[in-house]
Amino acid sequence: MPDSELALAHHFVDLDQQHDAATLGMWVFLVTEIMFFGGLFAGYALYRSIYPAAFGHGSRLCDVTLGAINTVVLISSSLTMALAVRAAQLGLRARLIAFLAATLLLGSLFLGIKFLEYSHKFHEHLVPGAGFGYSGPNSRQVQLFLCFYFGMTGLHALHMVIGVGVLLVLMVLAWRGHITPLRSNSVEVAGLYWHFVDIVWIFLFPLLYLVDLHK
Amino acid sequence: MSTTLLEPGQEAGRNYLNADYSIRSWLLTTDHKRIAILYLVSITFLFVVGGASAGLMRLNLMTPQGALTSAETYNKLFTMHGLIMIFFFLIPSIPAVLGNFLVPMMIGARDVAFPRLNLLSWYLFIAGSLLAMVSALTGGVDTGWTFYTPYSTTYSNSYVVMMAVGVFIAGFSSILTGMNFIVTIHTMRAPGLTWFRLPLFLWSLYATSAIFILGTPVLAISILLLGLERIFGVGIFDPKLGGDPLLFQHLFWFYSHPAVYVMILPGMGVISEVIPCFARKRIFGYNFVAFSSVAIALIGFLVWGHHMFVSGQSVYAGMVFSFLSFLVAVPSAIKVFNWTATLYKGAITYHTPMLYAFGFLGLFTIGGLTGLFLATLAVDVHVHDTYFVIAHFHYIMVGGAMMAYLGAIHFWWPKISGRLYPDAWARLSAVVIFLGFNLTFFPQFILGYLGMPRRYHAYPPEFQVLHVMSTAGSSILGVGYLIPLVYLLWSLRYGRAAGPNPWGAKGLEWQTPSPPPTENFERTPVVTEEAYAYTGEEASVDA
Amino acid sequence: MTRHIVSPKVYLLVFAVLIALTAATTQVARFDFGPLNVVAALTIAAIKATLVVLFFMHLIHSSHRTKVVLAAGVLWLIILISLLLSDVLTRGWLPAPKAW
Repeated sequence: MPDSELALAHHFVDLDQQHDAATLGMWVFLVTEIMFFGGLFAGYALYRSIYPAAFGHGSRLCDVTLGAINTVVLISSSLTMALAVRAAQLGLRARLIAFLAATLLLGSLFLGIKFLEYSHKFHEHLVPGAGFGYSGPNSRQVQLFLCFYFGMTGLHALHMVIGVGVLLVLMVLAWRGHITPLRSNSVEVAGLYWHFVDIVWIFLFPLLYLVDLHK
Repeated sequence: MSTTLLEPGQEAGRNYLNADYSIRSWLLTTDHKRIAILYLVSITFLFVVGGASAGLMRLNLMTPQGALTSAETYNKLFTMHGLIMIFFFLIPSIPAVLGNFLVPMMIGARDVAFPRLNLLSWYLFIAGSLLAMVSALTGGVDTGWTFYTPYSTTYSNSYVVMMAVGVFIAGFSSILTGMNFIVTIHTMRAPGLTWFRLPLFLWSLYATSAIFILGTPVLAISILLLGLERIFGVGIFDPKLGGDPLLFQHLFWFYSHPAVYVMILPGMGVISEVIPCFARKRIFGYNFVAFSSVAIALIGFLVWGHHMFVSGQSVYAGMVFSFLSFLVAVPSAIKVFNWTATLYKGAITYHTPMLYAFGFLGLFTIGGLTGLFLATLAVDVHVHDTYFVIAHFHYIMVGGAMMAYLGAIHFWWPKISGRLYPDAWARLSAVVIFLGFNLTFFPQFILGYLGMPRRYHAYPPEFQVLHVMSTAGSSILGVGYLIPLVYLLWSLRYGRAAGPNPWGAKGLEWQTPSPPPTENFERTPVVTEEAYAYTGEEASVDA
Repeated sequence: MTRHIVSPKVYLLVFAVLIALTAATTQVARFDFGPLNVVAALTIAAIKATLVVLFFMHLIHSSHRTKVVLAAGVLWLIILISLLLSDVLTRGWLPAPKAW
């Protein structure tokens, strides 16, 4: 069976329509993700506007170096992901697998550093809840800030984990030769998702790590 | 337009129903028509559960002491009633049943854009509703369907998390449906089917889908945060940390107000299909009706604060929300004017779907007008949290959306099942429902205006007469709903076989056999005429 | 099929700009510009996001429809945040009557 027949799902008229639908579908899904994270950003905006000092104190409890490293890691992973999509569109199987692997590794590195940060916070009794032990000023509102820190980076990390899973699946599919230029929608659509998760972090980094850094 | 009937006993031909009878072929189907049936069966069951809760509530309210149930049980009943009817019946109803069945057919496509995601949406719906049922059976939730904090996060002893997770999961079902419809309508229209030749039902589903996409995720995050706060005892709505309980209300209503437009827009779309067909006239002001759907979806996102006028929200913000809430009434009114103008000098016949459409017109108008009272900040201070609010939204949700849903079922039943239902019983039940509905809910306007609070299981004796009237009405309404259940099921076996187009209606779905074959169209149709090109000459079979 | 295959050079250039902007936002935060700090931070983040959207996500080569979809998402987020803040920030402006 020629690749173009394998590629076309029965309910679509042609490959162009199928590609159109796949990418539009992912963009529409990403809009739902914008609103999903958006609720957290809205709450953050509310509390930062009424507790500016406490948010500064809370932000200085976050390690800027690790945060900046993670930002660089994620941006690099977006680069490798974009190159993976390109490789899929050109039918370059070995390059595709390599770039998917690089993206996966960088994503895992990000998660590893995140885990490091979380365990630091745990040991310093900065996890909101029963064991919270911050002794500085505005401790109740600093706890509120940390709720947002863990909530927003946690939700982001969950999305990263899902992304890593998707990358694994794509690598297997690529290895087995199922990804060809006419059957590369899955990689392209996964790329859109991955870049979106990167963009969320691009906003999280300054909002959580860089507040009142100068103080 | 062909109106040949199959003789009873004549082979119906291969269609989506008889293509494969195995359970596996139903549970693993990706055929949008079968998924629609799966939803139909599920939501009908859930409607009965939600209706039973209401029945128990109304029985309890026969006496001022409210002795049938304890206050705690009553709280659980109204919570269940609200949650099930909203999330597990009304929100999916027209989109997931009629939308899934008709969207591909109306645009001349073989299926929706993502058939497997469509099936997944049904499974998510089932998972969410199962969690909701389990939560109800193991102890129930007593927070009201609105889950306000801090009661829901800190003080309530009920099964909030399980129910919240059920709603969260069902939300993803909506999101997938919305995604599918938007992409399908954008990318899979048949040649010649421009946006302004689309049936208005599709415009309304498109607007509904936009609300699913833009609003549901905010509900999801508010529920997620509610659950986290309840489980871990720490959260951003907690006043002890300097948190604001109103943040929950903002996030909750940002979705839940547009959700009411999710519940009414598809119904309006149905009315736009039924009225031209049974008045044998093209719709008056197609563009106005189409743009009104979009306007309702848009403006509907700007008004949520009208649920929070007396919550402690800024009075200034309240004024802004009040003004915007007046604005959102305008596109709905435009639709009512256009439907009325369509009827004017039309060749009107009173088939069952048209009876429901008439019911919709009157009851939706009353409900909508009372919404203006509630949008008026000063009036709302007096009627907020009273039966006036309850009557208002039931006029729209039941008098409007539910009537439209039943009208839709009766309009497209021949297409879906290949059978005709007994007309006399159908018209009778439409009338019974209309009468029962008004007896149930009109007294509630008076009750609310006189000061009867909502969510109270007992009340002062002077309200009893109105409550008894309302309960009597609800029994009639219940009977009214049972009758279609009986004759529609009956028709599956004994009903006359329906031809492709028993109503003589316009629209691509009526050009296929009843029931349609799995792939809908043998050849992709080409559209050359405008929507609702009724000339008044169409034959109509007296169904 | 009409697909734009983008040259790796474009990706590398965008990557370099993104890294530079990350360094910039970190440095700017070390100085006290008062209320302008958050403006600068959000502006730089928005520029970075725009670059990712335009080039990594190929929006620059995408249909008008895709751009409208994304714009709608961003606009709705702005609606959520601004109407919410309009409540919180104006609570003291018009006092509610002590008794209704």
